[in-house]
Amino acid sequence: MALLRHNAPAIVVFVGGIALWEATIRGLSIRAFILPAPSSIARALGENWTAGYQILPAAQATLQEAGGGLIAGALLGLVVAFAVARYPSARDIVLPMGIAVNAIPIVAFAPLANQWFGSQSVYSKMAISAALVFFPIMINVLRGLTSVSASSVELMRSYAAGEMAVLVKLRVPNALPFFLTGLKIGTTLSLIGAVVGEYFGGLNVALGRVVVESASTLSFEVTWAAIVVVSVVGIAMYLAVLAAERVLIPWHPSVRGERVA
Amino acid sequence: MTADQMSDQPVVSLAGVEKDFALSGGATMTALTGIDLDLRRGEFVSLIGPSGCGKSTLLRLIGDLTQPTAGSVSVNGKPAPQARLDRDYGMVFQAPVLFDWRTVEENVRLPLELTGQERRARDARVAEMLELVELPDFARHYPYQLSGGMQQRVAIARALTFSPAILLMDEPFGALDEMTRERMNSEVLRIWEQTGITVVFVTHSIPEAVFLSSRVVVMSARPGRITQIVDIDLPRPRGLETRESRHYFEMVTKVREALRGSEESGASDELLASVERAEAEGLIG
Repeated sequence: MALLRHNAPAIVVFVGGIALWEATIRGLSIRAFILPAPSSIARALGENWTAGYQILPAAQATLQEAGGGLIAGALLGLVVAFAVARYPSARDIVLPMGIAVNAIPIVAFAPLANQWFGSQSVYSKMAISAALVFFPIMINVLRGLTSVSASSVELMRSYAAGEMAVLVKLRVPNALPFFLTGLKIGTTLSLIGAVVGEYFGGLNVALGRVVVESASTLSFEVTWAAIVVVSVVGIAMYLAVLAAERVLIPWHPSVRGERVA
Repeated sequence: MTADQMSDQPVVSLAGVEKDFALSGGATMTALTGIDLDLRRGEFVSLIGPSGCGKSTLLRLIGDLTQPTAGSVSVNGKPAPQARLDRDYGMVFQAPVLFDWRTVEENVRLPLELTGQERRARDARVAEMLELVELPDFARHYPYQLSGGMQQRVAIARALTFSPAILLMDEPFGALDEMTRERMNSEVLRIWEQTGITVVFVTHSIPEAVFLSSRVVVMSARPGRITQIVDIDLPRPRGLETRESRHYFEMVTKVREALRGSEESGASDELLASVERAEAEGLIG
């Protein structure tokens, strides 16, 4: 009940926005191919949920690709961040290269990835997602591992702690909030990677395909329905990371909120 | 070695200690020179002096957090690096340096986790330490839920978990308000009396140094050296009456005059402070 009251303003604005959208389309007789009304998007979604464009199985496929890419990219980012944090000399080699690679619009490689991993394969989409996710995870984790205060390190030294103990007791816990921040950015990027990868061919049942094919037949209500579902998948992934934060870093300023002593 | 011989031996012994810092451009700066100092077991010694006199550097030399350019530092009859590895001292910094992700009891437990001590003994020790600093009710709280004074008490409990022979404190109450600071002073004295530990205490505050110490080591800057050691013969236990006694004011005056005699502060003080800082930060990489 308190939760409902807390979120009430947001809900009112959201529902009001949808209603205003609906009213505007009807009132001004805007044509569906420019902007369909929410009601017709909802109808298209219902009609194509499991039949027609098969949006539900498509969403499942896309979620699988984005999720796989997110996990692969995060693992790779973690490994590189730990290695670079451990060997500072590697920092001067890896970081400039990482920054340069990050400046390349990786989604432009989507057709090539399809070539390398097979356009029908989920792995080509995962590869694009992973490449997008890698950088923010790597940079954030590296910052978390290295931005420990000098006095914390001295404290550990005063306990005769070795390099390994400093890593486990200090650097890793310090990096955890940074990792979760990277992961939050990564959820959105992984979905972009998967959907754009699908634009260039792939599984017939995937949200990117639904967008491309419905738009080519001017079924824009379906296109919009697919976009709505992509958004919902993205929000769900983001919320999953938020939930993980609540469990893993309850002490962090971003999580602890107004909880009082 | 018998217990008597143990107590005769100085617990900290510095002989001919000098510390230079390398400045950019190849120049060096002498932070400390000609330091000879013996600390007896169970003493409470304060290091006081203008900023930049190297008192924090001296404390860090005892703790082997920085190494002398010349001279020797021995702790418990061993070279300082060995004493550090043997965990012969506990350190309390100006900031509490608690780990945000650990509750109070987990923070106090940290040093014991590094020794791989058996769990039940560990938990008992943590509970004992929290009793000592009078925070048992806050065991499950996170640092952000505590006041500055409480955080510093957690830091003291953590420093004492190993039952070290020496407690090194670097301006531990410098960031606290006057009321809290006076309460913490009494707290530290109570802990010192209960544990019989040797304390080396760096401070800017003359009243604090006089109230706490058996001896006050007065230092001067440019280069940092010991100019005078003032014995504080105020009766113990010390409390509110001590702070209001005539003898206390005489002691405060004596230390103040010793400081004035040594005061020649200049631009290099700031420089040393920044060099010390840079050196500490160099530990990150």
